[in-house]
Amino acid sequence: MYPCAEGVPVTDPDILLSPNILQDDEDAQVPLTLPLDAWHRAAGGRMVEFAGYWMPVQYEGIIAEHLWTRTSAGLFDVSHMGQLEVSGEGAVAALEALLPADLAGLQPGRLRYSLLLDENGGILDDLMVTSRGDHYFLVVNGATKWDDIAHLREHLPDAITLNHLDEHGLLALQGPKAAAVLDAMGLEPAFAGMVAVDELGFMQAAAYFWQGRPLGISRSGYTGEDGFEISVRGEDIAALADALCAAPEVKPIGLGARDSLRLEAGLPLYGHDLSPETDPVKAGLSFAINKRRRSEGGFPGDGVILPLLADGAPVQRVGLALTGRMAAREGSKIYAADQLVGHVTSGGFSPSINHPIAMGYVATAQAEPGTALEIDVRGKRLAAQVVALPFVPHRYFRKGAPR
Amino acid sequence: MSRYFTKEHEWIEIEGDVGTVGISDYAQSQLGDITFVELPAVGAAFKQGDAAAVVDSVKAASDVYVPVAGSVTETNEALEDQPELVNTDPDTGGWLFRIKLADLGELSVLMDEATYKAYIAEL
Repeated sequence: MYPCAEGVPVTDPDILLSPNILQDDEDAQVPLTLPLDAWHRAAGGRMVEFAGYWMPVQYEGIIAEHLWTRTSAGLFDVSHMGQLEVSGEGAVAALEALLPADLAGLQPGRLRYSLLLDENGGILDDLMVTSRGDHYFLVVNGATKWDDIAHLREHLPDAITLNHLDEHGLLALQGPKAAAVLDAMGLEPAFAGMVAVDELGFMQAAAYFWQGRPLGISRSGYTGEDGFEISVRGEDIAALADALCAAPEVKPIGLGARDSLRLEAGLPLYGHDLSPETDPVKAGLSFAINKRRRSEGGFPGDGVILPLLADGAPVQRVGLALTGRMAAREGSKIYAADQLVGHVTSGGFSPSINHPIAMGYVATAQAEPGTALEIDVRGKRLAAQVVALPFVPHRYFRKGAPR
Repeated sequence: MSRYFTKEHEWIEIEGDVGTVGISDYAQSQLGDITFVELPAVGAAFKQGDAAAVVDSVKAASDVYVPVAGSVTETNEALEDQPELVNTDPDTGGWLFRIKLADLGELSVLMDEATYKAYIAEL
């Protein structure tokens, strides 16, 4: 019994669980261990190689972990991701030359989703950028972080300092009970006048101390739920993970559920839904090109992207809802009658909806919600309907909104 | 009755010239939550090692290979509504299909239960 030949290449037939999330780290190097490695093993995590590291793909099971996160709170170790600090005079302009975000208009303590673009408007990576007042804090994908660092070093002026926080870990606490759990941890704002952690709004960030240990916390995540991402020193991460999991509302969650949660939330995964061949407009990420940048341009690939923003892209990322139980996976072809109109870039079984879902790119003529399409899976034509993303509504915490 | 195993983690239980095929407990634990099983058509003929079924987990689809050549006589219809039987009861209720063996001699290349247990202990 081996993973099917279609879809994503699998590097190790014993790793039956994770072909979708194994990224293109094809070098046959020994995986590195992250600060929580022993913690995951002690917690019963099944460890697989991912982005060059040993990472937990699941503990008790993907469906149980997925549903736990949707109803309570899940703790994810995402320490494989790259945490970068960009500082120095002119950092705003230097970063705006590489990203389409309006950073000049980003207030300290706020973060934005952004894209590292190449000169053709292709996506080199997607990332979060936080203004921390005297510097910018970037969180980039684990599988692409070394390429990102090389790209940034090459293109940032010498006056700009790029600091890789390679001894920091990153935890995500996600789910409807995340805020109450984090609030009960007794965090102290690092600076006078900063709000309590459960008063942060979605896409806000601040610095805190937990028992004297510094934490950088943002209200953000990759599940569609309310939640937080916590940058923590490597030497403190195990104690913090223990303290969070001591709350009965919290369980550790593996990469498998992280992938199914983000798929339901309609959030793209770099290396699968996004690549250098993908531009932000066809990817449905036009919101990451802020208003001022649309009028001024001045970001890589603006000559390609601005006309696409004005005229629309010929191909679009869409959500696809399947009937039955057979899942369509990455690489499956999408048809409108006999015409090939696109392909699937992410797909799997949705534990929340209880049927298979997928994302893919189709010709714009077929991208309207309600369009009936077919997906070829192992020679069978599965009925699929284009649906609006996300599949499961986001439940981000908006200040002032009823709780 | 005797049970044999493949290196690819299928089992086959032999009764006369009919074998019942499933995947091992080790295999289901590696795959995680199984959400769908694509079963072969009754009457379909396979050579030893052919892919005859697919088990879909949340993460991945995996081929199930035929341990010995033969033609399918029956499939486990319970899996249509309860694919999770492969997780909860892989050795009995989660069987996949039955096959009429073309050549009992092919069993000689398979492992018995003790050998299979030693094999997975090394994985």
